[in-house]
Amino acid sequence: MRFRGKAHKFGNDVNTDYIISGKYKFKTLDMKELARHVMEDLDPDFYGKVSRGDFIVAGTNFGCGSSREQAPLAIKYADVSAVLAKSFARIFYRNCINTGLPVVECDTDLIEGGDELEVDLAGGVIRNLSRGIDIPIKPLPGVMIKILNDGGLAAHFRKHGGFNLD
Amino acid sequence: MGQTIIEKILSAHSGQQVYANDIVVARVDFIMGQDGTSPLAIRAFEDMGGRDVFDRERVAFVIDHSAPSPNEGVSALHKLMREFARAKGFRLYDIGEGVCHQLIPESGMVGPGSLVIGADSHTCTYGALNAFSTGVGSTDLAGGLISGRMWFKVPESFKFALHGVLPPGVYAKDLILYLIGDVTADGATYMSAEYTGEAVAAMSMEGRFTMANMAIEMGAKAGLMEADEKTFRWLDRFTGRSFNPASPDADAVYARVKEYDVSRLEPQVARPHRVDNVCPVGEVAGTPIQQAVIGTCTNGRLEDLRIAAGILRGKKINPEVRLIVAPASKTVYLDAMREGIIQDLVEAGAAVVTPGCGPCVGTHNGVPSDGENVISTANRNFKGRMGNSKAFIYLASPATVAASALTGMITDPREFVK
Ligand code: SF4
Repeated sequence: MRFRGKAHKFGNDVNTDYIISGKYKFKTLDMKELARHVMEDLDPDFYGKVSRGDFIVAGTNFGCGSSREQAPLAIKYADVSAVLAKSFARIFYRNCINTGLPVVECDTDLIEGGDELEVDLAGGVIRNLSRGIDIPIKPLPGVMIKILNDGGLAAHFRKHGGFNLD
Repeated sequence: MGQTIIEKILSAHSGQQVYANDIVVARVDFIMGQDGTSPLAIRAFEDMGGRDVFDRERVAFVIDHSAPSPNEGVSALHKLMREFARAKGFRLYDIGEGVCHQLIPESGMVGPGSLVIGADSHTCTYGALNAFSTGVGSTDLAGGLISGRMWFKVPESFKFALHGVLPPGVYAKDLILYLIGDVTADGATYMSAEYTGEAVAAMSMEGRFTMANMAIEMGAKAGLMEADEKTFRWLDRFTGRSFNPASPDADAVYARVKEYDVSRLEPQVARPHRVDNVCPVGEVAGTPIQQAVIGTCTNGRLEDLRIAAGILRGKKINPEVRLIVAPASKTVYLDAMREGIIQDLVEAGAAVVTPGCGPCVGTHNGVPSDGENVISTANRNFKGRMGNSKAFIYLASPATVAASALTGMITDPREFVK
């Protein structure tokens, strides 16, 4: 998987309330509608600024807070292709893998807002085209690669009739 | 090699000896979903081709986050949950029953050594009963509903050795806020927090639930403690089941150990907009507040209401303040009525709302206005958490919240506690 787009930069500890506020998520299963409010409390214009394929780039502990799967789904439905952060909160991380939103752990100090990036998941590298530097990606655990390769947990279950991770 | 509590529980549920960083597929004893997460889980369940839940005795849905429903969008999702639970034949706790994290322990299905997943991040609360319980997302929940199993990376453990006894007017909530402030919001990311020491032994079950509940606020996957005779006495009221408690081995391996002496701890407050932005109450005392909240899965239990009533009994809250009280469950509500606590709180000026999440997550029941300050016994003060990103949320113990409601500003409760 390879993606190209612009970086939108955020700080540390971006929690799931900021990604999608509880006041919206309880109301609907329409993810396209939720996506319009993604990151709204941190940047009210975010949805308007994102172009298809862009990246959310953040510091440590991205996705902390609630277990709402609406958070990765709202990001995905806003046409963001991947989230890059120094580290992720674990429930959020699992939810991303399960719903098929790529998450990448890397040194995001090497990326500024507005930088043009190419993320090459298979090759394990991010090319910062604006700065001409390559940033290595921390590899995913084997179980997660299996689930992602099957297309998320639902597809994994359809294929194997349950967990098949050995 | 010795094992920590979580290593023991995951070993017992996967049929093999496992240690930190191993990956296991484990048997799950109980599965819970609430109204913010279950609708998506139902969709995932169908997407996975699910037909039945693995064991209808071991599954429950709870309608607590927006209960009763504030609008038709939510009503449609509640209806979806009711229909699904009825069709599959498992229990649904409807509006008025209480917050999931009080109801599941009260169900008697969960106890020492149990393994529980819940589609809510504060599922870690049952660690107070020596259960490994953790939050998952909706797709994981659906996988669990179908298979009765879940995959886990065995977390490393972070031991918090808590020595001494908490002084009067200082509670489990102050202690856990202090610990979060000390290790920060990602200080225990993916670890299992193990609380131990005299301070834990001396703590009521209510206090232990508060400690376990907020483990997630330092990034932890679980917040565990050993079971003792208090644990079993608490469980006796709700169940006759027997459980398999897990105690750590003397030579268990911890990724981190921190020792604390709690005997001089002061009441603590988490300032906006971060749970780890913690200070002693004195530093923010005098800050005017417009709304005070007592309740939630952190501090809506009988002891919490009793402490608040002890401060408010026979007095009136400040006329500039709205005080909202949400008992954690119907059982708590009824117990509090029998003790006259509800009467005391209402006479003092409290608005008591339906047992459940109350205003905690901003869906209804008391959304603050722009620029207002709220002091709450909840576990999160993120910007916008209570439904308005222009409000400011301070977190504190029930005593501090009650004292602040009385004076109209953030107040050290120790002068009100004998
Ligand atoms: S009371 Fe608040 S923190 Fe607890 S489950 Fe409800 S919304 Fe979540």
